Amino acid sequence: MFNNIFKKQRYYFDSEGLLVVDMSPSSAVHYQEAVQAATQDAGFSGEDMVINFGPQHPSTHGVLRLEVVLEGELVKKVTPHLGYLHRNFEKHAEYIPYNEIVPYTDRLDYLAAMNMNLGYVLAVEKLLGLTELPERVEYIRVICAEFNRIASHLMAIGTFGLDAGAITPFLWAFRDREKILDLFEWLSGARMLYNYIWVGGVARDLPDGWVEKAKEFLDYFEPMMVEFNNLLTHNHIFIERTAHIGILPADVAINYAATGPVLRGSGVKWDLRRDQPYSIYDRFEFDIPVGEGMYGPVGSAFDRYWVRIREIEESVKILRQALDQIPEGDVFEAIPRKIRPPAGKEAYFRSEAPRGEIGFYIRSNGSDIPDRVKCRSSCFVNISLIDEISRGQLVADLVINIGSIDIVLGEVDR
Amino acid sequence: MADSIQPYLPEEIKAIYEGRYGDNVIITSVDKILNWAKLSSLWPMTFGLACCAIEMMAASASRFDIDRFGAGVFRPSPRQSDLMIVAGTVTMKMADRIKVLYDQMPEPKYVIAMGSCATCGGPYWKHGYHVLKGVDQIVPVDVYVPGCPPRPEALLDGLLKLQQKIRRESHIRRKFEASV
Repeated sequence: MFNNIFKKQRYYFDSEGLLVVDMSPSSAVHYQEAVQAATQDAGFSGEDMVINFGPQHPSTHGVLRLEVVLEGELVKKVTPHLGYLHRNFEKHAEYIPYNEIVPYTDRLDYLAAMNMNLGYVLAVEKLLGLTELPERVEYIRVICAEFNRIASHLMAIGTFGLDAGAITPFLWAFRDREKILDLFEWLSGARMLYNYIWVGGVARDLPDGWVEKAKEFLDYFEPMMVEFNNLLTHNHIFIERTAHIGILPADVAINYAATGPVLRGSGVKWDLRRDQPYSIYDRFEFDIPVGEGMYGPVGSAFDRYWVRIREIEESVKILRQALDQIPEGDVFEAIPRKIRPPAGKEAYFRSEAPRGEIGFYIRSNGSDIPDRVKCRSSCFVNISLIDEISRGQLVADLVINIGSIDIVLGEVDR
Repeated sequence: MADSIQPYLPEEIKAIYEGRYGDNVIITSVDKILNWAKLSSLWPMTFGLACCAIEMMAASASRFDIDRFGAGVFRPSPRQSDLMIVAGTVTMKMADRIKVLYDQMPEPKYVIAMGSCATCGGPYWKHGYHVLKGVDQIVPVDVYVPGCPPRPEALLDGLLKLQQKIRRESHIRRKFEASV
């Protein structure tokens, strides 16, 4: 058995009897292959062990429960069990008026509440046929959505570092995230769940001096990301831990309908902001970062992380353009007094949230309460990939794989 | 003794300190010293349910730093923790798990219900068919922190309130009540 582990020539004894260990970046993969080969050659089928991962586990990012079938230390099968945070969003939406649903959309993906607001509100506006909005409203919405994308990605990369065992990046990410939350608090009065973007407008106009403070934040933030990259992204230990595991080929990602950084990490250039522009995203210049396989195969956990880092930089680009161009105007003039679409109309609208495409399907019944609201959640789709990317790997890498998908259970269970 | 503790002090200052702080006696009551020890190291369980968990993480992160109050040692296991911060919506499916987790914690144990959902069901009070209307239906709650979600300062305030509560505890009475 040991011969099989050593036959990859990663460890050998030199002429003087000293142990030489190859520490090249690909050694992690070879270690896994060696362990697999060793278990097969030894004829160890053994009895499969089923362990329960969660719902109370520090690295499941909420109340996810995974049923993991292990053979020794290798993962044979992962089955996610959902429903521990099922908060009845769709049933709620059948009881309350259109505009009162907006606070409940906050609580879907609570890390990116502005993006959830925006997705729902755009769906209602499509249902109403409300296309002409004041320029200032469109700009404020884009600014809020992009700021929230940064905050959400900061949380994602911070906790991803935490999953890999690095505590300091988490504290640094939270330090910068708090500054964004300060801006939002000034704007809407809340730190996390804003209820800020309303049908036809926004809840409040930008306060005096907000734009300047936002620009100041961007000036502060860009060097901080360079520091963050030096601390975590290009850290050798972190690369070794993440760059060779959780490999998701592009065709599998497309077949599973994965979206967001999970899809782009596999090298597929698909972003609704560019490919199906909504709001005013067609006015800005930005790139769509995709996984490049910088330190390992394309589509690894590191690539998904790297896409998030790059997306933060692109969001900063969009924000700089939007903050420079924002016009004056009245933000309340297009808010409808009464939201009562005619009976039998339906609309589906999808937009790009930090974790992927969020889609809302709304059907009206002639009253001010919708007949049915269906939410297409990106996290729900992405979590189904966990079996595909974790099978055949070590159980210690399962935590990294969950972190790289970056789920929010509020959106998975709704 | 003074030499070993403060070897860097000059001789004349050492002479002043000589014998001053050695072999002292502190008189206090059992309740006071035990309560002081309990309230100064409340170890919470890493137990996030929903949105409030993010604010709980923010309370433990750089700006708010719950470590200042001795409650920053988040333990992943209920067996090692004193405090359960129920941060988020308690659903029916999760409720029995929370009961199990609470039962697994060793005495003395305390519960903070953080946020409206854990307090009373919050925004899901009326139509939430799968939401438990308050975690106090399954575990005894010591401090309720309102808000949706509460700010980290509110959680810290709840923690201070819990510390006040612990400061008033009497061990003799507790033992007596348990025996009755």
